[in-house]
Amino acid sequence: MTNSFTDITPSLRRRHARETRFKWMGKIAIIIAVSFLLVMVGSIAWLGSGALKQTRVQLNVHLDAAQIDAAAVADANYGKLIKTALLDRFPEVTKRRDKKSLYGLVSYDAAYALHDRVVAEPGLIGQDLRMWFVASDDLDMLIKGNLETTGDENRRRFSDKQLGWINSLKEEGAIKSVFNVAFFTTGDSREPELAGVLGAFVGTAFTLLVCFCLSFPIGIMAAIYLEEFAKKNRWNDLIEVNINNLAAVPSIVFGLLGLAVFLNVFGLPRSSPLVGGMVLALMTLPTIIIAARAALRAVPPSIREAALGIGATQIQTVFHHVAPLALPGMLTGAIVGMARALGETAPLLMIGMVAFIVDIPGSVVQPATALPVQIFLWADSPERAFLEKTSAAIIVLIVFLILMNLVAILLRNKYSQRF
Amino acid sequence: MDTKGKIQVSAKDVNVFYGDKQALQNITLDVKSNKVTSFIGPSGCGKTTFLKCINRMNDLIDICRVEGNILVAGQDIYDKSVDMVALRAHVGMVFQKPNPFPKSIFENVAYGMKIHNMTSSKSELADRVEDSLRRAALWDEVKDRLDQPGTGLSGGQQQRLCIARTIAVQPKVILMDEPASALDPIATAKIEELIHELKQNFTIIIVTHSMQQAARVSQQTAFFHLGNLVEFGKTTDIFTNPQDERTQNYITGRIG
Repeated sequence: MTNSFTDITPSLRRRHARETRFKWMGKIAIIIAVSFLLVMVGSIAWLGSGALKQTRVQLNVHLDAAQIDAAAVADANYGKLIKTALLDRFPEVTKRRDKKSLYGLVSYDAAYALHDRVVAEPGLIGQDLRMWFVASDDLDMLIKGNLETTGDENRRRFSDKQLGWINSLKEEGAIKSVFNVAFFTTGDSREPELAGVLGAFVGTAFTLLVCFCLSFPIGIMAAIYLEEFAKKNRWNDLIEVNINNLAAVPSIVFGLLGLAVFLNVFGLPRSSPLVGGMVLALMTLPTIIIAARAALRAVPPSIREAALGIGATQIQTVFHHVAPLALPGMLTGAIVGMARALGETAPLLMIGMVAFIVDIPGSVVQPATALPVQIFLWADSPERAFLEKTSAAIIVLIVFLILMNLVAILLRNKYSQRF
Repeated sequence: MDTKGKIQVSAKDVNVFYGDKQALQNITLDVKSNKVTSFIGPSGCGKTTFLKCINRMNDLIDICRVEGNILVAGQDIYDKSVDMVALRAHVGMVFQKPNPFPKSIFENVAYGMKIHNMTSSKSELADRVEDSLRRAALWDEVKDRLDQPGTGLSGGQQQRLCIARTIAVQPKVILMDEPASALDPIATAKIEELIHELKQNFTIIIVTHSMQQAARVSQQTAFFHLGNLVEFGKTTDIFTNPQDERTQNYITGRIG
């Protein structure tokens, strides 16, 4: 090819090739990153989707008037009634071992569910009641297809005999799958089929609320003071270096600090979102301060000159003009800090938020656990059924993160101004 | 006006230091009321530094130190009793690059009056915003879009908006730091016309790199060179009959 532009063609071809290569490397990097993300989210979603379903078993319970004292309905032995109902359904079961494995088909929650029902409706006493009960975690896993049904009987959770009972229940339509409302409305439990994520969710919400309320205002004020008011001297440099170093301190150290100071010196309630939030606030503060200072530095000096030039005081200049322009950047810093706090487990272990807590916390001073700690606890449990709970809790955590970021981004867009 | 012809800004032996470096040496000059005074000189000669001494904008720079006396309307502005904020309401400033606030046009002009509590009612505020915009020769162009951001105007309009914002707080003196250097010739002409109008009511000090501009708009001219005030006098004298060799060289383009 010859034209009047050919004098630099050889080197030009090399330069273009370099550009093409670079573009391809960039594309490949993005493809790798996205595929990792897809694999991670996909596998978690696939594993966790099981937790959205709950298996139920229908039993015909005879509410024997002789077993329930009408004067003290609540004190009757409902566990025994459930067992009787199961034995009535399978009269061929007589051996002690077999009985025990038969009882294992329904959750121990069945007795409480029956108790609640009868207490609510005492008129049922003496009648037969057909009622759906929560299945045990093993039966739940079997129905979801997570357990072996063939091969060596001794290495399976269910023997052929048990499978026979289950099949007969299935055939008469006494086993069904329903949406697992309980997972979103209850706290933790030792029984996987009953364990819910609400306790940890509320605990996390309280913890982050405390964390945000402490770290955001303090962080922003500190940043504004350091950036706009403080004189540039050696003390200021020392503080800046220390803030940067604090941002890199491992989070568990903040947990130890919380244990030593907040719990042991101040005597604040152990395992509470209050202390958790305070510890996470300490951890988040440097991130917020650094981001906020960067945002303030990015505001053009001409805006400050304009305000000062017509006689605004320094504080009016900062709060009327500079801070509003820096707010989007500050919020970005807060998002990064809060997202890190949301996923943090280690410092919470130090202050006792790792405890097994069934009740849903009602305030920031009641014992609570947090979502990442709950995930850690469930992942540590031996029961097969906790696997899907773990994944489902991770999904809840991610959804929480997305919602939090969404709110922050909406706020940021609302308040962002051009300059 | 009774202040006509009087001395509005008076500097005596002003020395300015940035750290150890001396930026201005023994500046002494008097600026007359209701006149336009221009500061000319090559880059780095200290004219903007001196301008910023008059409303104490230099105080924002930690290492900057000012010695000597500057009197505005007879008051020593570096006296301990003088509040910088009050001073800046009396000595307004227009900057080199138009810097409207990222707010509406109305808010831009109203802001100064609001923070100084200069108006008692909303309608008075609106009247004075209109008045300021009219005096800045901008009203006809923006009267239908006062609620739109000031940053959306053209460069020349933005600069006139900044002038409107400055005159809205009714200063005695307006400092202009190369107000037209970022503008095209037509916008520049409008600003110069405006300066001409404004000197009826304000004392104007303008820093400029354009000698033609200094000749066109000002009655008094000060020539700065390397931190010294070389020559100060009537603009016509400076440009037609400079006393100092350096002034001569500068206005003929031999230094600068």
